[in-house]
Amino acid sequence: MTTVSAIPARKGRNVELALLVFAVGIVALAYANVGLAVEGTIPPSLIAVGTGFLVITVTFHLVMRWRAPYADPLILPIATLLNGLGLVMINRLDLANGRDLAEGMALRQLMWSAIAAGLAIAALIILRDHRILRRYTYLAGALGFGLLLLPLVPGLGRENYGSRIWIAIGPFSFQPGEVAKIVLAVFFAGYLVQTRDALSVAGRRILGFTLPRARDLGPILVAWMLSVGVLVLEKDLGSSLLFFGLFVAMLYVATERTSWVAIGLLLFGVGAWIANMIFSHVQRRVLLWLDTFSREALDTSDQLARGLMGMASGGMFGTGLGRGRPELTYFAESDFIVPSFGEEIGLVGLFALLLLYVLLVERGLRTAIGARDGFGKLLASGLAFSVALQCFVVVGGVTRVIPLTGLTMPFLSQGGSSLLANWTLVALLLRISDHARRPVPDPEVPHPVSHEKTQVVKVR
Amino acid sequence: MTEITITIMRLGLLVALWAFVIAVVGVLRGDLYGTQVTPRRPAPPRAATPRPAARGSNPAAVPAEQRPVPRPAARRFTTRSPDRDPSHLRVTSGPLAGTSLPLREAGILIGRSPESALVLDDDFASGRHARIYKGPEGWVVEDLGSTNGTFIGPMRLSTPTPVTAGTEIRFGTTVVELRR
Repeated sequence: MTTVSAIPARKGRNVELALLVFAVGIVALAYANVGLAVEGTIPPSLIAVGTGFLVITVTFHLVMRWRAPYADPLILPIATLLNGLGLVMINRLDLANGRDLAEGMALRQLMWSAIAAGLAIAALIILRDHRILRRYTYLAGALGFGLLLLPLVPGLGRENYGSRIWIAIGPFSFQPGEVAKIVLAVFFAGYLVQTRDALSVAGRRILGFTLPRARDLGPILVAWMLSVGVLVLEKDLGSSLLFFGLFVAMLYVATERTSWVAIGLLLFGVGAWIANMIFSHVQRRVLLWLDTFSREALDTSDQLARGLMGMASGGMFGTGLGRGRPELTYFAESDFIVPSFGEEIGLVGLFALLLLYVLLVERGLRTAIGARDGFGKLLASGLAFSVALQCFVVVGGVTRVIPLTGLTMPFLSQGGSSLLANWTLVALLLRISDHARRPVPDPEVPHPVSHEKTQVVKVR
Repeated sequence: MTEITITIMRLGLLVALWAFVIAVVGVLRGDLYGTQVTPRRPAPPRAATPRPAARGSNPAAVPAEQRPVPRPAARRFTTRSPDRDPSHLRVTSGPLAGTSLPLREAGILIGRSPESALVLDDDFASGRHARIYKGPEGWVVEDLGSTNGTFIGPMRLSTPTPVTAGTEIRFGTTVVELRR
C-alpha cells in the first residue's frame, strides 16, 4: 500500500535571475582576464560588450517570466554561461591573430548570439504548447531529410576540408545539419509516439535479448541507410553518427527495448567497417585517430596532434586565459575550441565546462521524465540526447577516443548555424519543461462550469 | 603587480566556474518535484505493485503515518481553522489502520483508484467510493455511488451527511473518523 502525493515544482524564476547574474559575472571576469593578460589593461569594450550581453540575457529572462513561468530555471543560465565563455575564447583568439574587436570573429559571434537568442525568444512567444509540433510530424520529417541532403545539391553545397556539409547562398554559408537535428527530433518523436506499440512487440529471444519482429526492422534500416548515405556522399562521420544515434536513442526511449540499441550499434559498426574498407577519407580519419603521432599521419594533418599538445601544456590548472598558444591549432575557435579551453583553463576548468553540459543534458532528461505527454517526453529526451551525443563526438574526437569529425561544440564553438540551432533547442526544452512543471489543475475542485445550470438555447 | 593580479584572476575564474557548477547542483537538490510514493508500514503482498506515479498525481499532500514533522501545507491548515474543527482523517480499523491524512476544504476522495487521497486496499471498496468535504455547516461525507455503500453506524448513506469529529464512517472493511 502506498500513498501517492504530488510535490509541486517551484517556479524558480528568482533562482534563475541570480544564476544568470552569476553567469554574466563569470563571463565578464574571463573577458577582463583576457584583456589584462594579452594587452595589460582591462579592455575598454568590457562595458559595451558586457552590457550588450546582459541586455540579451535579461530580455530572455523577462520573456520567460511572461511566457514560460514554470520552465526549468537552470537551462538558461547554463546555456548563457557556455555561450559567453565561447565568446571570450573567440575574442582571445582574435587578439592572438592580430584582429581587433571590429573586424574579429567575436563581434560576429556576439551578433549571432543576439540573433539566436532573439529566435529562441520568438519561439517561446509563438509556440505556446509543444504539442502543436506533433501536427507537423511528417512535414518535419521531409524538411529534416531535405536539410540533411541539401549540401549534395550541385551549386548550393560546398565542400570544405573534405566534408560536404555546407551550403552557400551568396556571401552566407550555413550548415543545415545543425537545424536538421532539431527538425528530425520532432519527426522521430511524432513518428515513434504513433508506432511504438508495434515496434515494441516482442519477437524471438536470442542470447537473452528479446529481438523485435523482422518486419519491424524497416524504420531502423531506412535510418541506417540514410546515415550511411550521409557518411558516403557528404563524407561526414559526425552528422551521420549524430543522426543515426539520435534515432536509435529515441527508439530505445519509445520502446524500452535494449535490443534496438544492440541492433543499432551492430548496424553502425558494420556500416563504419565497410566505409573504412572502401573509402579513403574514412581511412585517413582512422589513421589520424589511431596513429596521431606517426610520420604518415603528421604529413596528412597535424591538427589533432597540435590540439593534444596544447592540452598537455595546459596541464591541471591551465596556462591562464591569454597566456597559452591555442591559436597554433587550426580551427582553434570552432572544432578545436575544447583543446583551446583545455590549454588555458586546464583540466580543472575543462571538467567544470563538461559538467555544465552534463547538467544541461540532465535537465533535458528530467524534463522528459516530468512531461505528461508521450510526444513531449520523446522530444525532450531526443533533444537532450542530441546535445549529449554531439558533445561526446566533439570531445571524443579531440581527445582521440573516436575518430575526429567535423561537429561543433554546442554554444561554445564559433558559427552562426550552430548557435541558432542550439538556442532554438533550448527554447523547445524550456517550453516542454514549462508544461511539465506547471501544476496539474486539482481534479477534486469542481470546475465553475459544472455548477452552472444547463442552459436551454433555442436553435430555431 | 599585474602578474599577481592575472594569477589571482585566472584561479578566481576556475573557482567561479566550480562555484557556478556547485550552485546549479544545489538548486537541483532543492528542486525535486513530481510525485512522491510513500510506502506504508504493514505491507500486504499486493502493496508491491507500483502505482502509476505520473497519473496518480494528487495535489493533496498525504503524509505517511506519523510523519515526525507535519508538512507546511497541513500546518497552515490547522492554524487557519478554528479550534474545534476537525483537521485530520484517521483510519481506525481495516488494512490501513493508523493512517491519518489532513482534510482539505475542497474535499478529499476516498477509494481504490490511485487518484484518491486515501487509496484503499480493500476488496469491498469501489474505485471512487466516497468524498469528505467542507459544506457550509461543517464536514460532510458523501457516498459516490459505491457498490457496497458507506455507513455511519447501521445507516447506509444515500445523501450527503454531516459528520463531526469522532463519528465513525465505514467503507467496506475500513473505518475512518475525523480528528481534531
